[in-house]
Amino acid sequence: MMKEKLVTAIADVNEEEALRLTRAMLDAGEDPQLILSASSEAMALVGARYDQKEYFLPELILAGEIMKQIGELVKPKLRAQATQAPRRGKVVIGTIAGDIHDIGKDVVAFMLDVNNFEVHDLGVDVPAATFVAKIREVQPEIVGMSGFLTLAFDQMKRTVEAIKEAGLRDKVKIMIGGAVMDDNAAKYVGADAYGADASAAVKLAKSWTGGN
Amino acid sequence: MSDKSPEQLYQERVKRCLDVAALRIPDRVPVFGPYQLYPYTFAGVTLKQAMNDYALAREACHKFRDYFQPDLDFGPVLAYPAPAMELLKINWFRWPGRGLDDHVMYQYIDGEYMTADEYDEFIYDPSHFLMSKWLPRSFPPLQGLSKWPAVRTFMWFGWTGGLAGMAAPEVQEALRNAAAAGEELGRWFASLGQYAVEMKAKGTPQLYAALDWAPFDIIGDTLRGTRQILMDMRRRPEKLLEALEVATQLFIEYGSGAAGADLPFCWIWMHKGTRNFMSDEQFRTFYWPFLRKGMLALIEKGIIPVVYCEADVESRLEYFADVPKGKVIYHVSTTDMVKAKSVLGGIAAIAGNVPNVLLLSGTPDDVRAYCKKLIDTVGKDGGFIMDTALMLDEAKPENLKAMIDFTKEYGVYR
Repeated sequence: MMKEKLVTAIADVNEEEALRLTRAMLDAGEDPQLILSASSEAMALVGARYDQKEYFLPELILAGEIMKQIGELVKPKLRAQATQAPRRGKVVIGTIAGDIHDIGKDVVAFMLDVNNFEVHDLGVDVPAATFVAKIREVQPEIVGMSGFLTLAFDQMKRTVEAIKEAGLRDKVKIMIGGAVMDDNAAKYVGADAYGADASAAVKLAKSWTGGN
Repeated sequence: MSDKSPEQLYQERVKRCLDVAALRIPDRVPVFGPYQLYPYTFAGVTLKQAMNDYALAREACHKFRDYFQPDLDFGPVLAYPAPAMELLKINWFRWPGRGLDDHVMYQYIDGEYMTADEYDEFIYDPSHFLMSKWLPRSFPPLQGLSKWPAVRTFMWFGWTGGLAGMAAPEVQEALRNAAAAGEELGRWFASLGQYAVEMKAKGTPQLYAALDWAPFDIIGDTLRGTRQILMDMRRRPEKLLEALEVATQLFIEYGSGAAGADLPFCWIWMHKGTRNFMSDEQFRTFYWPFLRKGMLALIEKGIIPVVYCEADVESRLEYFADVPKGKVIYHVSTTDMVKAKSVLGGIAAIAGNVPNVLLLSGTPDDVRAYCKKLIDTVGKDGGFIMDTALMLDEAKPENLKAMIDFTKEYGVYR
C-alpha cells in the first residue's frame, strides 16, 4: 500500500521518494489526512532511530525538511483541520537572551513534538520576561532552556529567577541543555535537570508528565 | 617567585610544550590559557570596548597574563576588530554593539552563503567564487565585486578584457571600500604583532602560530551553513566529497603559516565533528579523512596540529588515534579524560578539562581537587596539558588562579 511505502520513505529520510509518493497519492485522490498520518507515523520512527543512535542531526534536519515540503504539497488539498491526537504535556522552549544558537534547541523541539508534546518554541535570544509571559499564557508543565555560550550560566540563572519572582517556579519543571552545560550547571542556574541531548530531553519530559 | 630571566622562562615554556607534544615527559604539566572573554571580564573591560580599542584589549590581556601566568597565552586575537567589521557591515555576524549586549561573545549567524548549485564553481576556482560571490554576499560594501573578472582568463590577451573589467565603477567602489577596511585590519594585526613581541619579552610564548578549521567546517561554517552541509551528506555526498578535497588544500594553506615558529602550534577548531552533529559513519566518511590528510601535510612541515574540540568527542577517539605518534595534541573538551587517555595515551597528548561551571561556581579547593585527580590519573607519564573544558568567559579569579598555581606546584614530574 502507498501509505506504508510513504512511511518507509520518510522514515528512511529518502527525500525524493517521499515527495514522489506524496504527489502520486494526491494525484490519485487519496485523503490528505492519510498522508499526514503517514508523516507523523514516520516521524515517530525517525525519533526512535535518533534515540537508538542510528540517526543523528543530519537525519533529523532532513526529516524536518521533508515534512515541511509534504506539508506544502498537502495544505491546498486539506479540507478540514488536521485532527490532533491528545498531547501528553506542554513545553515552552527557547534559547536564552544573548544567544542565537538554534540548532540544538530546534532538535529538542522536534523530538518533543514527535513524542507528542505540545511545543511552544520562543526562538532564540529570548529575554526572561518573554519566558515568563509565555509560561503564564500557556501554562506548560515543562520549560526548556538552551544556551551554548559559557555566559549562558548567569543568563539562565536570571531567567529562572524571573520565573520564580513571577510565582511560577513551582508550577513548572525546568530543563537545560547546550554544549557547555552539565549537572552542576543545572544546579547553579536553579533548573531541575540537565539533558545531554534531545533523547535525554524527551526522557526527562516523559518522566515529569508521568510514565514512559 | 622565580629569579629566571624572561628569556629563560620563554625557552623553558617552549621546551615544556614541545616535550609534552612529543610525548617526552616534561619538567611539569603545562597549563594553557585559551580564554575567550575572560581576560576582559577579569580586567573589567567589556568585549565591546576590547573590540573597538586595540590598545585597551592588549592592556587587558597583559593584566590577565601578569596575574595568572599561564604557560602559553592566546592574546587579544579573539577580540575581533569591530571598526573593520563596521566598515564591511559583515552580515553573518552579531557582536556587542551590533545586535548584542556589551559583554556577550559575538556569534555567527548560520545561513547558506554558498548555494547547492554553486558547489561546482567553488570546486573549479575557489578564489573566484569567494571574490565574486562570497565577498559580496558577506560584506555589502563589497557588492561591486560581483562584477570582478575571473583572473584565470587573463592569459595571453585575456588580460585586456579582464583588466578593462576593473574599470567598472561598482568594482572600483568595492575596491576602495576593501582598501579602507584593509587599512583598519592592518592596525589590528599590528596590535596583535605588538602584543606577541611584548609577551615574548615577558617570557610567554603564544599559544598559536596559525589558526585553522577542519575541512568539513571550512565548507560548513560560512559557506553552506550547518543545516545545509549536514543535509548535503545525504543529498549530494559526491559533490560534498569533491569540495572537501579542495577544502583540505585550503586547510593546509591556512595552517602552513605555523612552519618555522618557535612553537609551531597550528590551532584547529573542530566544530561539527563532535558527538552530536553526525554519526560515526558520517564522521569517518566526511570529516576525519580530510582533517587527517591535512594534518599529515602540516606535520610534514614540522607543524604541531592542536585540535580544539568544542564538545564531547568520546566516540571519535579511536579515529583520533590514527595519527603518527607524538605529533598531534587533542583538546578533548568535556570528554571523559580517563577514557581519552586510555585510547590516546602513547599516541597524542591530550589537553583538558576543568569544567567551566566549576571555575564559576566552585571553590579553589574544589578546583584543586579536580586538578589533582587529573594530574594523578591522566597526567601520570606526561602527555597531558591542564586546560579548561571550554573557552573561558567567566570564572572566579581565585578559582582560575588555583587551577594554574596548583598545576605548577603539584604537576612537577620528579
